[in-house]
Amino acid sequence: MAGEPILSVRDVNKTFGGVKALTEVSFNLMPGNILGVIGPNGSGKTTLVNVITGFVKADSGQVLYKGKDLVGTAPHKIADRGLTRTFQVMRPYYSLPAYKNLIVPLFSPRARRTGGWRGGGRMGSRDTVAVDILEEIGFERESYVPYKTASSLPTGYLKRLELARCLALRPEIIICDEVFSGLSMSEMASMVPLMEKLQMEGITLIMVEHRLRELFRLANRVMVLNFGAKIAEGVPVEVMADKQVKEAYFGSEEVFSYV
Amino acid sequence: MAKAHESRRKERLDRGVKVRSDGVYAVASWREMAFLLGPRLLLIAGLMVMPLVLWPAPYWQKVLTIICIYSLLAIGFDFLAHYVGLVSLGGALYIGVGAYISALLNTEMGLPLWATIPLATVLGGMVCTVLLWPCLPLRGVYFAIVSLMFPLLAARLIEAFDIFGGTDGIMGLDGFPNKWSEMYVLIICLLLALFALRRLVNEDVGLVFRGVKDNDQSVKASGIDITRYKALGVFIASSLGCLGGACLAHIYMWAGISQFALDFSIIPIAATVVGGGGTLAGPVIGCLILVPISELLRDFGTLRIAVYALILMAFIVFKSEGLMSYGARKYNQFEHWVEI
Repeated sequence: MAGEPILSVRDVNKTFGGVKALTEVSFNLMPGNILGVIGPNGSGKTTLVNVITGFVKADSGQVLYKGKDLVGTAPHKIADRGLTRTFQVMRPYYSLPAYKNLIVPLFSPRARRTGGWRGGGRMGSRDTVAVDILEEIGFERESYVPYKTASSLPTGYLKRLELARCLALRPEIIICDEVFSGLSMSEMASMVPLMEKLQMEGITLIMVEHRLRELFRLANRVMVLNFGAKIAEGVPVEVMADKQVKEAYFGSEEVFSYV
Repeated sequence: MAKAHESRRKERLDRGVKVRSDGVYAVASWREMAFLLGPRLLLIAGLMVMPLVLWPAPYWQKVLTIICIYSLLAIGFDFLAHYVGLVSLGGALYIGVGAYISALLNTEMGLPLWATIPLATVLGGMVCTVLLWPCLPLRGVYFAIVSLMFPLLAARLIEAFDIFGGTDGIMGLDGFPNKWSEMYVLIICLLLALFALRRLVNEDVGLVFRGVKDNDQSVKASGIDITRYKALGVFIASSLGCLGGACLAHIYMWAGISQFALDFSIIPIAATVVGGGGTLAGPVIGCLILVPISELLRDFGTLRIAVYALILMAFIVFKSEGLMSYGARKYNQFEHWVEI
C-alpha cells in the first residue's frame, strides 16, 4: 500500500443507552478508492457515517482525516474541510426547485473558496453552476425548471440531488448513505457509471449499501459490519468468500449465490 | 339560477408561469409590467396617502403610527417563522429593548432623536440577539416558549430591582417635531423594511435562510454554520422590532414596563395569520385590519379579546391561507364565465 490513508478510523466506540452501536471499528481509506460498507439492518452503518461526519460524537476512538482528529468537530466544519455525506432519508429543501437547492451549498464558505465542482476559479452566477452540476449528474431539463419544487421529484432525482449537494462543495470524500436504495433498475443502471465517473474525477467514496451486486462491481474494498463490530474487510472477492460474513449476513449459501 | 349554470360554466385561466416565477422579470410588455407593479404601487401609494386622508381624524393618525409599529414587528415575526423557522414570541422584548435603549440614550446621554432611533435599532438588535443566542438550538414550540419568557422576565426585573426608573419608567424623552414626521418616518421605514426583506429572501443568502427552515441538517452537511444564520435572522427581526420600540418611546415621550406587554408578542402573530404567513406583505395587511378593530373595540373593555379570538378562529377555519395568499392566487388567475 503506497501513500497515506486520507481517512483513518481508529477504535471507534459508540453506545446509545445500553445499545452498542459501534464497537472498536477501525479502517483505513486510501485516496481515490471506493470503500463499500455493508451489514444487516441495525449493524451500525449509518451510525458510522454519523460519527465520521460529526453528526454524532463518538464515545472513544479517533477519526483521522488527513492526519487530524475530527471527533468533536462540528458537522459544518467537517463538511467545510471537504468530507461530505448524503443522507439515507433524503433531505432536500422541498419548497425550492432543484437548482435552487444547490444554491445553499454553493453559498457555503467552502464552495466560495473552491468554486464548486465545475466552477473553475471565480464562480459565475450560482444558478449557472447549479444547473451545470445538475446536468452532469443526470438531471433532465424538465426536472429543474423553476416552477417544479423538489417535493414533486421522484426518489431517483432526490438521491442525485443529495449527491449534487455534496459535489457543489467540491469534496474530497463523499460518504454515500444508501444512494442505491429505493431506485428502480433503470435508475440504478445510470447511477453506477455516475459513481465510476466521480471516482475518476479523483473523489474518494465510502458507499454504505444494501445493493450488493452494484456495490461489489464498484468498490475497491468492502467492509462488513455486524452488531456494530467489523467482521471482515478486503477486496470484494475475499469478502464474498468469507465464511463468517456468509453466516452473519447472508444466512445461507443459496442466497449468497444470487450475488 | 340553475338554468344559468346549465348553459355557462366558470373557466379559470392561469397567467403565464413566466410572469409569476421568481427571478424571471416580465419586461416583455407594459401590461405585464403593470400586472407586477400594480399591487406594489397600490401598497406604497396607499400608505403614503393614508396620513393625508386621515387629516380630519388626528386620533386615527395616531392609530396609523401604531399600525406601522405592529407591522414592523409582524413582518419580523413572519420572516423568522416562515423563512428561518424560528417561531418567536419575543415581540414585546424587541419593543421594550428598543424603547429603553433610545430612552436611555436620549435622557442620559442627551443624544438627539435622529441619532437615538438608528442606534437603538442596531444596539437593540444586538442585545436581543445576544439574549436569545443560547436558545437558538431550540426549534419550533420550544423556542417560542423561551422567547416568550424574556419580555416577562425583563418587566419583572426592572420592577424588582427598580432600575431604569422602575415602575414609573423613563420620562421626558424628546418627541418628534410634529405628527407628520412621526407618521412618515414610520411609514417609510416600514416600506423599506418590507421591500428589503422580500428582496432578501429571494437572494442567495435568503435561500440559505429558507434552507435552515426546511432542513437544517442538510444545511449543516453543506458546510454552513446554522447557528450564525439563525442569529442573523433574529438580529434582522429584532432590529425591526427595536426600531418600532424606539419610535414608540419617542411618540409617547416615555419608556416603561408596559412596553414589554404581551400585546406586542401576540398581535403580530394574529396579523400574520390573518394576512397570510410567508408573504411578508400579508402581515402588514393583517395589522391594517386588526389594529383598527382593536381600537374600535376599546369601549368593550375585556370583551375585546373575545371578539379578537372570534376573528382569528374564523380566519383559521375559513381562510387559513390568509388574505394575502388568497388575494395573490385570485390575482394570478382570471375567472370568467363562458357559454357552453
